[in-house]
Amino acid sequence: MSIFIDQHTRLVVQGITGRDGSFHTRQMMAYGTTVVAGVTPGKGGQTFEDKVPVFNTVADAVQATGANTSVIYVPAKFAADAVFEAADAGVKLIVCITEGVPVLDMTRAFPYVQEKGARLIGPNCPGLITPGVCKVGIIPGQICERGPVGLVSRSGTLTYEVVYQLTRAGIGQTTCVGIGGDPIIGTNFIDCLEAFERDPATRAVVMMGEIGGTDEQNAAQYVRQHMKKPVVGFIAGQTAPPGRRMGHAGAIISGSSGTAAEKMAAFEAVGIAVMKRPADVVELIRTRL
Amino acid sequence: MNLHEYQARELLREAGIPVPAGDIARTAAEAGRVAESLGGKVVVKAQVHAGGRGKAGGVKLAAAAAEAEQVAGKILGMTIKGLTVHTVLVAPASDIASEAYVGVIVDRAAHAPTIMVSPAGGIDIEEVAARTPEKIFRQRVDARYGLLPHQALGLAFKLYGDVKLARQAADVLEKLYRAFVDAGASLAEINPLVVTPQGQVVALDAKIVVDDNELERRPRIAAMRDETAENPAEVQAREANLTYIKLDGNVGCIVNGAGLAMATMDLVKYYGGEPANFLDIGGSSNPDKVVNALRIITADPNVKAILFNIFGGITRCDDVANGIVAATRQFKVTVPIVIRLTGTNEKQAVEILKGVGMPALTDMDEAVKQAVAKV
Repeated sequence: MSIFIDQHTRLVVQGITGRDGSFHTRQMMAYGTTVVAGVTPGKGGQTFEDKVPVFNTVADAVQATGANTSVIYVPAKFAADAVFEAADAGVKLIVCITEGVPVLDMTRAFPYVQEKGARLIGPNCPGLITPGVCKVGIIPGQICERGPVGLVSRSGTLTYEVVYQLTRAGIGQTTCVGIGGDPIIGTNFIDCLEAFERDPATRAVVMMGEIGGTDEQNAAQYVRQHMKKPVVGFIAGQTAPPGRRMGHAGAIISGSSGTAAEKMAAFEAVGIAVMKRPADVVELIRTRL
Repeated sequence: MNLHEYQARELLREAGIPVPAGDIARTAAEAGRVAESLGGKVVVKAQVHAGGRGKAGGVKLAAAAAEAEQVAGKILGMTIKGLTVHTVLVAPASDIASEAYVGVIVDRAAHAPTIMVSPAGGIDIEEVAARTPEKIFRQRVDARYGLLPHQALGLAFKLYGDVKLARQAADVLEKLYRAFVDAGASLAEINPLVVTPQGQVVALDAKIVVDDNELERRPRIAAMRDETAENPAEVQAREANLTYIKLDGNVGCIVNGAGLAMATMDLVKYYGGEPANFLDIGGSSNPDKVVNALRIITADPNVKAILFNIFGGITRCDDVANGIVAATRQFKVTVPIVIRLTGTNEKQAVEILKGVGMPALTDMDEAVKQAVAKV
């Protein structure tokens, strides 16, 4: 079992002929993801890698192939429209990898997607992977392994680091979700925790947070009220200075709010085991499985 | 990107918000001339990207032109939170009947722009939020429709009981929201919004922070960037498409990915060291990026050891290794380098580095420990 993606995922790639889109589509296909269609306006009728039909619009792609999930690799200035397009075409899971999407674009796209009953993951995220079954996005497949741990993270390479440590220690994962490093994202920690709590195969959850905003604090309250499964947490940015954007648009301490110390305290207060460093994940998870 | 107060004032003025007269000056004599043309009492304000300018002595009153020239001479060239003042704003010193706060922010949890107003203006809004949260009023805005007139008026009545003042303030709020959207801002605030003795609502100080992701499609706003107001190494890094933030420690860090970069800094601290910087070389792995990164880090005289932490995904470890080799051929790196690489093309990277006698590690903790020990 898994969350959000599984063997029924039928993927359409928005921006399939672009540099990033084509590279990662090949990787996803090699991993076993059912890529049913690609979209690049003006290239409808072509075939990608002799296997995947390319369409001019997402609506055409969905109608012809029954795609139920989309992944977006288009440039930042077109990304919000790509999200609107996927939602209009009736896609129910939209994963936006693109980094650099203007925040005000997301303030318009988010309520739109919600009203269409779809789920958006990202933007500025590595996507998600259900090891051995399906990957949507850019998480390297070879570092993952099937197993009982759900993982949700605001980061990309830090997620890989932790997954790698788990896999090396023989602890596999149900699904790893990168929710993205932007201030406004479609799916937050609570959405993922809720899904992991319901997923029978997930027995423990790793939550990788960082400075900025209050998502982790809200997630801590959710864990206290609704979760029976053990949760282990990490916060990146303990040494980050206030007022500076630490790479991720959302990773910024505003005034005195959104610090790592505040978030770690929120975790500890509700019994979430806090990793002092990424390598701690192995022991903390092992003793809780 | 932060705008200076004078730039933010200009955008608000263009949006139709009443803003007092005034102009900028880059020399004391220029400041005197601006004061002369304004006539009467003036305020001279340092234009730097730092809060607490008043407390630092960067905001001073002057009774007349000669005094304005004198105080400007003191403010120009002074350092506030590490930033040198190159420009001052000279504006009339207004008589004030009352001070309020109005601002637009992006509320992350609400996924929407939010208007915040408070009758307790003139001081840091964070202080108001901490001490008297009941004095802050909020209105979430659906970005698809914008701030609706009734919402603006409802907020304005929280500031002023008088309907004439409330209507003026509502007008300011609607225009402020439009200026916020037009600038592609993540924050736009007026603090204080004042009522003059004549009963006019005026924006006395303005602050606008622009979302960096908006700059590509807003060339006019992008051109407002003042590189003299930033750390030179950070400007150099941005031009090389690197995200670099200078800190005070001595372990230079070069990492791929923002989350891992923060976690690496934290781990340096965990093992008893102090990180010298945040540096993310980003997703692609052009060897030139690595050369530029090393150039920037080695230019920091505090750096006593350099730590690479690369988890190859899209970033290829061999590209990073080639970048390290290229850099050491182009200029001399006099401090020890500790390299951790794992992931895509790790084996090739190890071979490349072995060729120039540089060992590579695969474990993050081990690499950080070694880097801290070499300082």
